Amino acid sequence: MFEIKGLSVNYGGIEAVRDISFSVEEGSIVTLIGANGAGKSTTLRTIAGLVKPRSGKITFMGEDITGKDPAFIVGKGITLVPEGRRIFPDLTVYENLRIGAYLRKDRIDDDIEWVFSLFPRLRERSWQYGGTLSGGEQQMLAVGRALMSRPKLMMMDEPSLGLAPLVVRDIFSIIRTIRDKGVTILLVEQNANMALQTADMAYVMETGSITLSGKGRDLIADDSVRKAYLGK
Amino acid sequence: MDREKRNHLIRIAAAIAVVYGVILILEFTLRPTSILFTVLRKGAIYSLVAVSMNLLNGFTGLFSLGQAGFMLIGAYTYAILTMPVSVKQSERVYKYYECIVGFDTGSLIGLIAAGLMAAFFAFLIGLPVLRLKSDYLAIATLGFAEIVRAIFQWDVLGPLTNGANLLREYKDLTRIYLPFTDIPFPPTLFVFIVAGVCILLIVLLINSSYGRAFKAIRDDETAAEAMGINLFRHKELSFVISSFFAGISGALLAMFQYTVQAQQFKTMMTYEILLIVVIGGIGSISGSCIASFLYIALSEWWLRGLDMGEFLGIAAPDLFRSGFRRLVFSVIIMVIVLFFSKGLMGDKELSYEHLKQKLSSLRKKRRASA
Repeated sequence: MFEIKGLSVNYGGIEAVRDISFSVEEGSIVTLIGANGAGKSTTLRTIAGLVKPRSGKITFMGEDITGKDPAFIVGKGITLVPEGRRIFPDLTVYENLRIGAYLRKDRIDDDIEWVFSLFPRLRERSWQYGGTLSGGEQQMLAVGRALMSRPKLMMMDEPSLGLAPLVVRDIFSIIRTIRDKGVTILLVEQNANMALQTADMAYVMETGSITLSGKGRDLIADDSVRKAYLGK
Repeated sequence: MDREKRNHLIRIAAAIAVVYGVILILEFTLRPTSILFTVLRKGAIYSLVAVSMNLLNGFTGLFSLGQAGFMLIGAYTYAILTMPVSVKQSERVYKYYECIVGFDTGSLIGLIAAGLMAAFFAFLIGLPVLRLKSDYLAIATLGFAEIVRAIFQWDVLGPLTNGANLLREYKDLTRIYLPFTDIPFPPTLFVFIVAGVCILLIVLLINSSYGRAFKAIRDDETAAEAMGINLFRHKELSFVISSFFAGISGALLAMFQYTVQAQQFKTMMTYEILLIVVIGGIGSISGSCIASFLYIALSEWWLRGLDMGEFLGIAAPDLFRSGFRRLVFSVIIMVIVLFFSKGLMGDKELSYEHLKQKLSSLRKKRRASA
């Protein structure tokens, strides 16, 4: 459903992504793992339209979306849960969710209800300001907000960053639930262990290029991956 | 929840009706030259421009300092449009130039045109300027306001703007009438109605989905963009709308003063408005309104005695001389900023619940100290 061919991106004066190609199957969880500065986040930001690529082609559901505006890309059904959550601190939880559906013109009550059923915590706190939530709740809100645009593909940038291990486990189980509802997921993680266990397909990025790819379970067993990312 | 909301709205509507009723009664009982009217009129005009600035600075997070420039554009547009042709052709106003505007309009059309003209200039200047961030945006808009002031006094534009000379005898507050009659419209009520309608429109905008998008941009630009909000388009929208209302408030100011001159729309005026916004609370509409009435009442009325030799019954002509008022005023502002660092209202709105809370916390404090 989603394909990247020969994508290169310059970011902050350096070539952050060099000629990468990969594809995402509908209904799967795909992960990009790699060290800090490998170009994972830049890849996601480019797909979301926040950064313009230097060369290459991105196609989604058969349509070329390379270099389009974020609004166009969100409208097509791709949404980004940004790194560090970036919820709106001075808007209430409810308003945060409504902003997520900003481009939609139809009724959103059912979707809000769905998000609240996924994250009962958010319902309890729906009139609280986003900035008063705990880290884990903020991550839930960021995911809920992204779901409000009714995405076909949801990209998540480091959802486990700065969260307690138990909360991380919750987030990953939610990710699987969302996938089961038919949303395809592209996940960027430094927590390679969790990511590989969850993912159907995984790509390893190093200094801007993809160096390894395979099924999540296979990569966990791979010696070089174990040494470099799993610390075993 | 819904009932609570309805009660809330009813209370607001009742409070507003009371305010307008009191104004109407005052109009027929007080002498028209009373200082109270000056304070009420100017306070209402400054409320509007402060709220329009708050829309930009407090709700969209754009630090702009161009308000005086847009007020000037509005004031001039209004004065030139509503000045009767006979006055334009006589030498009473355009003494050194031939006025090239061969028509005049009513005051309502003049007000709307004033807003539209300011909005048009905001649209043009916004195209390059809104790509700048924070301080740079402030510098650029400040510069714009200064340039506008210079251009409106430019000799070459004399046939339109009367150069650096005064404009007067347009439809000011003494020359407006009830529709289809020649009964004069109560002037203070007129200012309150125009300012009130404009502020209501801004409040509706802030509570709409556009308003939510503005607040999202203020909170986090990147995240807002990732949600599919077009940053530039929304910033431009906020800027144009804010300037539209600044233009209308400029026109109201021209009506209030009976004369208008480009010279008065200095940077100082923008700072005054910024001060009102900060004192009232950045992101609070009711805060801006309360602060502007307080500010105007202090500077025009309550502290007047400090310049005139007698204050609160104390006569000290040597101390209370011209200029002493400014000194006291600055101290008051410093105290407010020190003790209310988020302004009088913070980012909250004045409401019945808010007052109740404040009162009960005061009572608790008193009980604790007793």
